[in-house]
Amino acid sequence: MTTTPTDSPPAGAARGRGAARPHPVTGRVSSLTYVLLCALLLFALGPLVLFAFSSLKTQSELATSPLSFPTSLRWSNFATAWEQANMGAGLLNSLIVVVGTVAGVCVIAGCAAYAMARLDLPGSGTFITYLLVSSSLPTQMFLVPLFYLWTKLNLYDSLFGLIVIYWGLFSPFATLLLRSFMITIPREFEEAARMDGAGELRVLFQVVLPNALPGFLTIALVTALSAYNEFLIAVTFIQDSSLLPVSTTFFTFQQGFTQDYTLIGAAGMIMVLPMLLLFLALQRRFIEGVSSSGLGGA
Amino acid sequence: MLPLIAINALVVLGPSLLAVYYSFTDWNGIGTAKWIGLHNYIELAGDAEFRNALWHNILWTIFFLVVPMAMGLFGAYALTRIRRFRLLFRVAYFLPYIVASVITAAIWENLLSPDVGIGEVLHLNFLGSQTLALPTVAFVNNWAWWGFLVVVFLAAMQGVNPNLYEAAALDGAGPFRQFWSITLPSIQPTFMFLGLMTIIWSFLSFDYVYVLTQGGPAGATDVLSTLLYREAFASLRAGYASAVGMVMALISGVVVAAYLVIRKRKDWAV
Repeated sequence: MTTTPTDSPPAGAARGRGAARPHPVTGRVSSLTYVLLCALLLFALGPLVLFAFSSLKTQSELATSPLSFPTSLRWSNFATAWEQANMGAGLLNSLIVVVGTVAGVCVIAGCAAYAMARLDLPGSGTFITYLLVSSSLPTQMFLVPLFYLWTKLNLYDSLFGLIVIYWGLFSPFATLLLRSFMITIPREFEEAARMDGAGELRVLFQVVLPNALPGFLTIALVTALSAYNEFLIAVTFIQDSSLLPVSTTFFTFQQGFTQDYTLIGAAGMIMVLPMLLLFLALQRRFIEGVSSSGLGGA
Repeated sequence: MLPLIAINALVVLGPSLLAVYYSFTDWNGIGTAKWIGLHNYIELAGDAEFRNALWHNILWTIFFLVVPMAMGLFGAYALTRIRRFRLLFRVAYFLPYIVASVITAAIWENLLSPDVGIGEVLHLNFLGSQTLALPTVAFVNNWAWWGFLVVVFLAAMQGVNPNLYEAAALDGAGPFRQFWSITLPSIQPTFMFLGLMTIIWSFLSFDYVYVLTQGGPAGATDVLSTLLYREAFASLRAGYASAVGMVMALISGVVVAAYLVIRKRKDWAV
């Protein structure tokens, strides 16, 4: 019941915050289970760890002992990669894109979700289905007309143009998620405030928004992750090398003249680390948000 | 609600409708579009590149319906049966999912490299070989994907009534039996949803192919989305590319429709 945010309450509420709740009958757990789980753990983390190691080695060390812990940590790889790959500009552009996208999606999805959760509009069931369909529509299908439309509107090769596309792509899902969160907030809160003479705006800002804050945080995280990692739209709509977000900055560097895997590793780590830290700090909310989506693309 | 409708119309609905129109034209993206009826679709039917790409999408779909689904189900089920470190495993499995596709591609390009990686040890050029390239790209994509399935399946499995397991255990059912007769039926809505979504995403898959092989070597990894991309932006055949897009939309349309029908019939809340 947590795969799409149609009518179910937010995942956290339903699952008791993912509390460990072992089956009463687990009894003896064969050590084989742990062995297999650890093998999967190695499969998931091993490549990341080796990638991190490679970013701190010299090229010759990587060639002779690719699997070992780096003997001396070559932090200078990071400085070199930062400069050669232009990662600073990429991160800055991505920061602009992520902040712009998240802010816009929160406003767009916030308004729509509030309207859908409270106004009992006719045809809202159809609209929900439309949003579901439109958030699983192939981007490639409308990519070509969108590209030429953007060229005409002078939105091609501009960060703002990229942000607007992300608004369109990410807001349907965010709306559904936020709506399913908002319908769990009791209406009595708002009615009580109205009885006390609060205007509609005050109700919105002092009652609804504070209560919906966790929902907003979830959609902000999911949207930020999607926008930061997005590749297809970014590579299609941004040509100017000074405007490339970090995903295409890294791609350009990797595809370019460099054959130095240690520098690719360092540039990659520079891109991964911000998201990794954010994820580790807020992993529970991340996992709830993303897994309640059933979206995200393969 | 208005901002949502406006932005959706501008970015999604409008261009989608335009794409339907352009697929019946010879538009090159810049000049005027001339109506040529079904010509693009007729050409598609006889296009060897198109059939090659479609076939790869089908293979890709089968791979993703089997390998990550099995890993996801196993991982999630195993996690419901352990007492310790469950959250730790969950976070670790999920971690590759938050890594950007371009980085994942680079990680595995380095690891498999025929110069310094596994490819050198095994004397194999994974991404340069006609036969190995497609499974390799799918494997790399799966690395970033299966942990997501573990998390979603685990959430569904934690909603299963524990009394059912208790009763089954009293009847002498082992872990495998319990999985088949209790877990799998109980999470059927989630299972079906992810299965159908897997089909849709398999036909849309772009990033890994584009970054790792660009459809090569010699079309060995070409899929519909890379074919579309090439037709639209390299060959400047926007009309023809739109027709490819229509085929992709049709496939996902059929899958979404099937899903909505099943959902209604079985009364699922998913």
